[in-house]
Amino acid sequence: MADALLEVRNLSVDFHTAHGTVHAVRKVGWSVNRGETLAILGESGSGKSVSASAVMNLLDMPPARIVSGEILFEGRDLLKTSAEERRALNGKRIAMIFQDPLGHLNPVYSVGWQIVEMMTAHGRPADAARARALELIARVGLPEPERAMHKYPHQFSGGQRQRLMIAMALMLKPDILIADEPTTALDVTIQAEVLALLKELQAETGMGLVLITHDLGVVAEIADRVVVMSDGEIVEAGTAGDVYHRPHHPYTRKLIGAAPGKGEIRRPDDSSPVLLEIKDLCKTYGHVPALKNVSLALHKGQSLAVVGESGSGKSTLARTVLRLETADSGEALWKGKDLIAMNARDLLSVRRQIQMVFQDPTQSLNPRMSVYQIISEGWDIHRLVPDRAARRKRVAELLEQVGLLPEHAQRYPHQFSGGQRQRIAIARALALEPELIICDEAVSALDVSIQAQVIALLDSLRRRLGISFLFIAHDLGVVRDFADTVVVMKSGEIVESGPTGEIFEDPQQPYTQRLLAANLDPDPDVQAQRRLSASAPA
Amino acid sequence: MTRLIGQRAIASLLSLMGLMILVFFLSRLTGDPAVLFLPIDATEQMKQQFRALHGLDAPLIEQFGRYVWDLVHLDFGESLRKARPAIDVVLEAYAWTLPLALITMGLVVVAAIVLGALAAFNIGGFFDRLVSVVSLIGASAPDFWIAIVAIVVFSLNLAWLPTSGVGTPMHWVLPVAVLFVRPFGLIVQVVRGSMLSALTAPYVKTARAKGVKNGPIIFIHTLRNAMLPVITVIGDQAAALLNGAVVVETIFGFPGIGKLMIDSILQRDFNVVLAAIMVTAIAIFLMNILIDIAYSLLDPRIRH
Amino acid sequence: MTDLTLPKSSQSGARGGIAALLAMLWRDKVALVSALVLLVIVICALIGPTLLGDLATDQNLRGRNSPPFDLERGWAFVLGGDSLGRPMLARLVVAARSTMMVAAGAVACALLIGAALGLVAGYLGKGVSQVIMRLADVIMSFPSLLIAVVVLYVLGPSVPNMILVLAITRIPIYLRTTRAEVLEVRERMFVQAAVVMGARPGRIILRHILPVVAPTLVTIATLDFAFVMLAESALSFLGIGIQPPDITWGLMVSQGRPYLTSAWWLAFWPGLMIVITTLSLNLLSNWMRIALDPAQRWRLEARSTTNG
Repeated sequence: MADALLEVRNLSVDFHTAHGTVHAVRKVGWSVNRGETLAILGESGSGKSVSASAVMNLLDMPPARIVSGEILFEGRDLLKTSAEERRALNGKRIAMIFQDPLGHLNPVYSVGWQIVEMMTAHGRPADAARARALELIARVGLPEPERAMHKYPHQFSGGQRQRLMIAMALMLKPDILIADEPTTALDVTIQAEVLALLKELQAETGMGLVLITHDLGVVAEIADRVVVMSDGEIVEAGTAGDVYHRPHHPYTRKLIGAAPGKGEIRRPDDSSPVLLEIKDLCKTYGHVPALKNVSLALHKGQSLAVVGESGSGKSTLARTVLRLETADSGEALWKGKDLIAMNARDLLSVRRQIQMVFQDPTQSLNPRMSVYQIISEGWDIHRLVPDRAARRKRVAELLEQVGLLPEHAQRYPHQFSGGQRQRIAIARALALEPELIICDEAVSALDVSIQAQVIALLDSLRRRLGISFLFIAHDLGVVRDFADTVVVMKSGEIVESGPTGEIFEDPQQPYTQRLLAANLDPDPDVQAQRRLSASAPA
Repeated sequence: MTRLIGQRAIASLLSLMGLMILVFFLSRLTGDPAVLFLPIDATEQMKQQFRALHGLDAPLIEQFGRYVWDLVHLDFGESLRKARPAIDVVLEAYAWTLPLALITMGLVVVAAIVLGALAAFNIGGFFDRLVSVVSLIGASAPDFWIAIVAIVVFSLNLAWLPTSGVGTPMHWVLPVAVLFVRPFGLIVQVVRGSMLSALTAPYVKTARAKGVKNGPIIFIHTLRNAMLPVITVIGDQAAALLNGAVVVETIFGFPGIGKLMIDSILQRDFNVVLAAIMVTAIAIFLMNILIDIAYSLLDPRIRH
Repeated sequence: MTDLTLPKSSQSGARGGIAALLAMLWRDKVALVSALVLLVIVICALIGPTLLGDLATDQNLRGRNSPPFDLERGWAFVLGGDSLGRPMLARLVVAARSTMMVAAGAVACALLIGAALGLVAGYLGKGVSQVIMRLADVIMSFPSLLIAVVVLYVLGPSVPNMILVLAITRIPIYLRTTRAEVLEVRERMFVQAAVVMGARPGRIILRHILPVVAPTLVTIATLDFAFVMLAESALSFLGIGIQPPDITWGLMVSQGRPYLTSAWWLAFWPGLMIVITTLSLNLLSNWMRIALDPAQRWRLEARSTTNG
């Protein structure tokens, strides 16, 4: 440990904010060596990115202040090094890539220029930089490197952009690469490809990799060692296998316990009547087909999950059923009546019976309405519960039902955390006593531990109130825990559908198999096993 | 790009035609030129003669038809006041307004961008506050008042500069300075705000992680992004200047289009008013094209 | 098992309504001073003419162009006397009424009409929207000076007609802003959530879209108040706006112009009043932009904890 290439010791960083001083990280220490991968695991607000930002001198000071600690690179304390010398190290010896490559690439310069700048900023000649850029763009797997050089960030897909960021980071063969949530915004299959690329490149160059993530699966797939952060402190450290199988700290145990995809798979009971039946639904945007002859049936009291990657048309399906989009053709039969062809008056009464929970509760709750107003709005619309006292009582009940307190009714959405906001959105949906709730990625914006709570809440509503769910999601682990039936979509078409058990245990279609293979298991041993069996036949 | 310009040209032509029709009929509502141009004791017969001479006795619709017919042959009619072709009078005035607008706008753009960018980089510091206060006062002060105060101080008390008229370069100093104040105040605030948000953009973080120096980060990575909203405001302000600065031109006796326009309106010199409006509209159209080109040069997302 | 603790920021913003706004205003001294200045001006405009009306029209030939800061002739002459020997201070107070009335009337009319048309153009289909927007384009490209001259010549220069002229030229500002905001807001998730619940267009516009758009409109209106005041001053200065014996600050500057060499204060004080008023409006508008946005409000509330 003493001669680690990069070592953070005893680092404490405060943020001076409007609400007083926040201790972003306290006495954090970790180290990484050449050829090694360290994962920093934590949920939002855990301070997992702070120490890496301190290494790169990216913290804005103020509001940040480094209270104590050392950052040793090759034995030299970076915190005692001049800004100019640290600038010279950035990119050259230690490089960094980020979560959102679209935002982190400059929109008005070509990617070629930005990649070349990595070398010219450090005084290398431009023609050598160009040659190296072309070589690396090809290496990270982009077609036609020469043309790619002249294109702009917005002309690439998310996965391609992250590959370009990686190419940029590797221009000067850094000793250490810090990757801050590099695959979070990507589809699972793309995530698997990017992680594999990172591992290959690490083997080629021998660089040390520091990977900041919230995802146990990513840790299991790529990390040698892991530090777990909670509330600004490191609560656990060790090899990835040790931490997963023998966690000591209660927080780590909770985190591992909350990882989705471990529960019992439900066996659906098809005896209940069909509530919603979709027949040959089609929808195109311009010339791009978003839905192609989609058909499915949802039984009363069950939850049907629609899974797929971005652009698969799964959200369009939900929006079309809810008449937020107009379908081109097809039917959506709600208790035998076609929603698509329904007139305004009939639709109004059906709107009471079908409610929706959106992905991002920050945006789906009106910021200028109090929780009371948000929950009771449906009653205003449908002229229900006219008595004020009864309303207040019912709002309080609903808040308790979703795990909030009655006194929260007078507060506004921005005063709640993400998970609490999603509970408010669920309470709003419940207020109209719906028979079906459509969840559009309702838990994907939430931290894992919160995600587990919300899923548990939805499941208890299903059991106690008999509410059915149409569950749109990309996270297979969550779907496995929650759904009775699974429908797999790709490019607007249904690839495969069936009971959850069959889809997960015996997928028939290659796409479903790929999707399942790319879905990372939180257990490092399982991932190692998978990698072994994937390479064995060759 | 050419298609965009084409669409813009058609849209501008349509609104110009609408404008012409409106102005033609509305301006004739303001009164009878014969009353203004002839002595007070002129007889009704003299007035009739005057109207007949200038084609003002025909029904309005016929007058309009004749005007459009002439216009198609690029004849904008005669100025009642100057007894010369209206278009000549207008172009002469525009030859004064155009350099005034260009010089002022040039100075405003350079000063606002440099000072706004420096203020944003020095946020909360003395220089930032100074720029904020100056720009706010600049954006709040009426130009005629600044002009009057400037005349009292620089022309009357200090006797450094001439009070009005044209002729020497010194005559340009006060009009340019007074016209400078308001657009500068507005644009410098936009530059500052836009720079501030651009400096916190994620790509700046990337550049710092790459080890790019501060100079290139501000002037290469950030400034170009921050310019996008600024360009729009520059366009609006430039359009206002191309319309002629009526008040400032009047106070300083500057023979520009603004002064010509107000004089012509007040004296019912209809042909000059119409010609002035059309020339101004063309100037603003050309400037909007320049703004579009600047926009697409700065932002590849618009080009593709 | 559930997360019942609220995040830290939740202590702030719990209080709603006017009291909270006033408390925030108290903490931002610059905005507070601006608001107080504006309050004084409004009070002057409301009761000034009743109290000082006679004083302001009382000609006193011995007091012609008497210099300011000379208390010999009484407090009313502290800012000097005008060319007819009337006290400047009283004239300024009386002029505040028509100046404010024109600006407030024009802004209110433009805001109401512009916002209503903007809501319709933004929420209803393309056809209506196109017609309204083209109309706005024509007004925008129309030289406002010409509108002013036409209306004032045809209808005669008076306060109501002045309001009409200025309102017409400012409608497009509100129309465009409202429409742009509506187009953006109607795509937001909470509006979609209301649609899913079965809310009708009227409810969506009034309950969900308008409250989000309103603060922006109020902020713009404050800023525009300053602009309209400058425009009215300019028109009055050019002699095509308000006519004597009505009086506004812009007209006072114009009337003082011939005496620049001998009595600078005739044109200086009314101009300064315009600067002070517009500056206060600008500052207050900057503050409102943050104060009226619940997501940004904490910036202002927070200052109390850092500044004591």
